[in-house]
Amino acid sequence: MWKGSALVLVWALAVPLAAQSPAFGVGRPATPEEIRDLGAAIGPNGDGLPEGSGTVAAGRAVFAAQCSRCHGPKGEGDVGPPLVGGQGTLRTAKPLKTVGSFWPYATTLWDYVNRAMPFDQPGLLKPREVYAVVAYILNLNGIIGDAAVMDAKSLPQVRMPNRDGFVADPRPDVGDTARKPN
Amino acid sequence: MKHAAGTSRRHILRVGAAAIGGGLLAEQKTRALETPGRLGAPLGPYGDRSPFEKAVRWRRETRTPETGSSFTPLQDSVGTLTPSSLHYERHHAGIPTIDPARHRLVIHGLVDRPLSLSVAEIRRLPSVTRIMVLECGGNSSSEWAASTAPDVQRSFGLVSCSEWTGVPLSLLLAEVGVRPGASWVIAEGADACRMERSIPLAKALGDSLVAYGQNGEALRPAQGYPLRLLNPGWEGNTSVKWLHSLKLTDQPYMARDETSKYSDLMPDGKARIFTYQMEAKSVITFPSGGQTLPGPGPYELTGLAWSGRGRIERVEITTDGGKSWVHAKLQEPRLPLAFTRFRLPWRFDGHEAVIASRAIDESGYIQPSPEALIAVRGTNSVYHFNGMKFWRVRADGTVTNVEG
Repeated sequence: MWKGSALVLVWALAVPLAAQSPAFGVGRPATPEEIRDLGAAIGPNGDGLPEGSGTVAAGRAVFAAQCSRCHGPKGEGDVGPPLVGGQGTLRTAKPLKTVGSFWPYATTLWDYVNRAMPFDQPGLLKPREVYAVVAYILNLNGIIGDAAVMDAKSLPQVRMPNRDGFVADPRPDVGDTARKPN
Repeated sequence: MKHAAGTSRRHILRVGAAAIGGGLLAEQKTRALETPGRLGAPLGPYGDRSPFEKAVRWRRETRTPETGSSFTPLQDSVGTLTPSSLHYERHHAGIPTIDPARHRLVIHGLVDRPLSLSVAEIRRLPSVTRIMVLECGGNSSSEWAASTAPDVQRSFGLVSCSEWTGVPLSLLLAEVGVRPGASWVIAEGADACRMERSIPLAKALGDSLVAYGQNGEALRPAQGYPLRLLNPGWEGNTSVKWLHSLKLTDQPYMARDETSKYSDLMPDGKARIFTYQMEAKSVITFPSGGQTLPGPGPYELTGLAWSGRGRIERVEITTDGGKSWVHAKLQEPRLPLAFTRFRLPWRFDGHEAVIASRAIDESGYIQPSPEALIAVRGTNSVYHFNGMKFWRVRADGTVTNVEG
């Protein structure tokens, strides 16, 4: 009887804590190295962007060495997609979706170059090279000036031309298909 | 097949004649010659299909072999499951080779206890199994154009149905303790491009799975071995393969593959973003483009229906170009988010017939015509085409696209 009451008491005390503690206790704490390596994703606020900076001029050299063989000398596209042009085409029969005409955030360009480029050697570029090549591509699109420098502070502040070009999903949206269940 | 059957009939005739001439003993001897007369192949550790079966995925040419998609041969499928070997694929930077003993899933960001989990540890946790469809957000992108793909594989083949096994993501999130303010989960894969997608926390706490099993065995490498995310009912790209990182954040990360790609451009120049849901869809797989009916007579029309919103409630079939519709018979059990096979006996009378199916799901949603879709969304949206597919059965029995 006494034992039973004690168990009930322990159980009652444990309930408020249950939401706070793991049910299974599997795994081990993630190490700072794991979080650094796997947490490299960068969102629009730029949190987590590393130190370093890059100029348009430095980016021109990086682009020539690492990017132009797939994207063309001026980013016009080849094996890889075009990175420039297309402004004003999104409402036409042949929209050209590029960094300049379509991408809503400059941080996405940093994030994608850093994680996925060059195509056959992703992860090759150092942060200052990523900043530089991002600066060059933004400059090719007329989004930043020749003297602009990209770093953790300036990059999230770049206003992309198509920043307001995205809307929420309104589906179901087509004809009598939008009928709600009765 | 037909030839073999003919041979067999001739053989039986010959056997019959021999039986009349030589009695029962001769018949038995002659029949014994029908078998190979020699031992078959030895038992093997891992099975393969008959060498006479030739169904394969179709791959669209790309300039880089590590990217692109391969399409499931729906015209050759029977039942409702897709063999793992024929599951559609969509890769953005090749298929990595991952040693499960070294792979880890790290859950971090806005959590109380950032965790690093091995595959073995994840497999110790309470698991669930469910049969469901995966469909590429870009499936049927060819159908937005005036001239559409000629057969069901190339027009509708970026969809497959498997039995998946894994751990509810909600369970893993309870282990790390989601902090107030977290509203998104950024999922990242271990392929060369480190595929990245933003998933709303509500979905992650709902029915998302971290899967390690497919069709009774481990995931295939092309399907994310050893771990993948699965977001039931959502476009395939969100079910990040080779999953190695889940980061809890207070905002979506606007990754390349949710802004530049997998967003739907509308006629007004605005693009719909986070269009996760796959809507109800169906297609007749027999008779379908590229096939030939040998002549007038009875046939069974059949095909597949599915919806990201739940169960298939009804499938209707027209054989007169959309003038009249009849209900097809649905294979039970109709599982939510899974393939439902439909069938309808049909007599081909030797006159041209234009056939199509349309699915109605349990939410009341009716699969639209291509024209209705295009009237609202234009022809630049690339993703999420779920319109009906019309096939023309010509008088000579050949089957083509309606514009073919």
